[in-house]
Amino acid sequence: MKANTPSERLVNGIIKENPTFVLMLGMCPTLAITTSAANGIGMGLTTTVILAASNLMISLLRNFIPDRVRMPAFIVVVASFVTIVQMLLQGFIPSLYDSLGIYIPLIVVNCIILGRAEAYASKNKPIASLFDGIGMGLGFTLSITCIGAVRELIGAGCLFGHQILPLADAAAGKAGYEPITIFILAPGAFFVLAALSALQNKFKLGAAKRGIDPSNPDCGGSCAACGNTMCKGKRG
Amino acid sequence: MKELLLIIISSALVNNVVLSQFLGLCPFLGVSKTTNTAAGMGGAVIFVITLSSFVTGLIYKFILVPLDLTYLQTIVFILIIAALVQFVEMFLKKAMPSLYKALGVYLPLITTNCAVLGVALLNVQNDYNVLQGTVNGFATAVGFTISIVLMAGIREKIAYNDIPKAFQGFPTVLLTAGLMAIAFFGFSGLI
Repeated sequence: MKANTPSERLVNGIIKENPTFVLMLGMCPTLAITTSAANGIGMGLTTTVILAASNLMISLLRNFIPDRVRMPAFIVVVASFVTIVQMLLQGFIPSLYDSLGIYIPLIVVNCIILGRAEAYASKNKPIASLFDGIGMGLGFTLSITCIGAVRELIGAGCLFGHQILPLADAAAGKAGYEPITIFILAPGAFFVLAALSALQNKFKLGAAKRGIDPSNPDCGGSCAACGNTMCKGKRG
Repeated sequence: MKELLLIIISSALVNNVVLSQFLGLCPFLGVSKTTNTAAGMGGAVIFVITLSSFVTGLIYKFILVPLDLTYLQTIVFILIIAALVQFVEMFLKKAMPSLYKALGVYLPLITTNCAVLGVALLNVQNDYNVLQGTVNGFATAVGFTISIVLMAGIREKIAYNDIPKAFQGFPTVLLTAGLMAIAFFGFSGLI
């Protein structure tokens, strides 16, 4: 697939450089708000909007921002979009605003957004940057919705708020599912993410056995498509 | 006084910033390989959070509220924190070179530590006055230091254990953090 086309950017963000599972960025919201699948989607889409808008804006401004003050400039751009989105959510989707709470303003310091601004949007054309933002955002949405779904299913027997597993009722003598509440509490977040990243390691080890070189296990191993200039394992 | 004590215990132990509120996870997972670096990071965080919650508290109360600009709090706070970190770095370099050497590498990382912004926003959300906010910031940072140093100690011990290949590295750290979070539930009876 040709580099930097919109579709390549989308696939790259969702699968090859998935921000949560491959790049391991943005861990705070990943763990904090994934108590249910619906929260995951809400947080993911909010982040996607901000990521796409700030990527586009930073890419448009990339020739005007002096290199020395680029970090503060990026932060101001991102913080402005976060404030706009926060007000929109408060006005139109107050239920989501209440359940995400303090984690909406904290999107400012989500490393995915600054990371993409620095690694991609400040070096590439606006359209490609926009799609890079959308792709990364959708990748993030997909991963945190998965984590949310697992936690909600095990912790409450629900999925998107619908009861999937019939609950046990001791008083009525009915047999059924006993929810493991710890999974929607704080420790459950760590356990679920640990299990998922162990699974991912397992697949990587399998790939290594089949002869694919995993010398740089933190990225997809595709240096041509990777924007990480700090990477020491650069090949070719 | 009693109220301040309550804030300290609640922020440092019961609602531990890392293990129950998930703020500041990046340094918690990234800089917890050895106890020395973890303690250095903890020291830098205590310093910056205490100072930043004091300054953001003042600015919120005496500039944003009178001018009716509270909706700008996110932008203003993050800029204050970024500027403050830069300023602290320059000041320490000139005035206390030994402390600068000890904290140096960790300072720039703190701007993107969500605990710093998180504490500033929580202070506003909870309607703390400047003194309560500063105490809350200090206690939160102490809680962060406690958990990151404990984590580093555990990681030093388990580094030589025989762990299944797929669980090496990140997954083990997360599992440890989960067990620590369960242990910290024990504090919830304190308040």
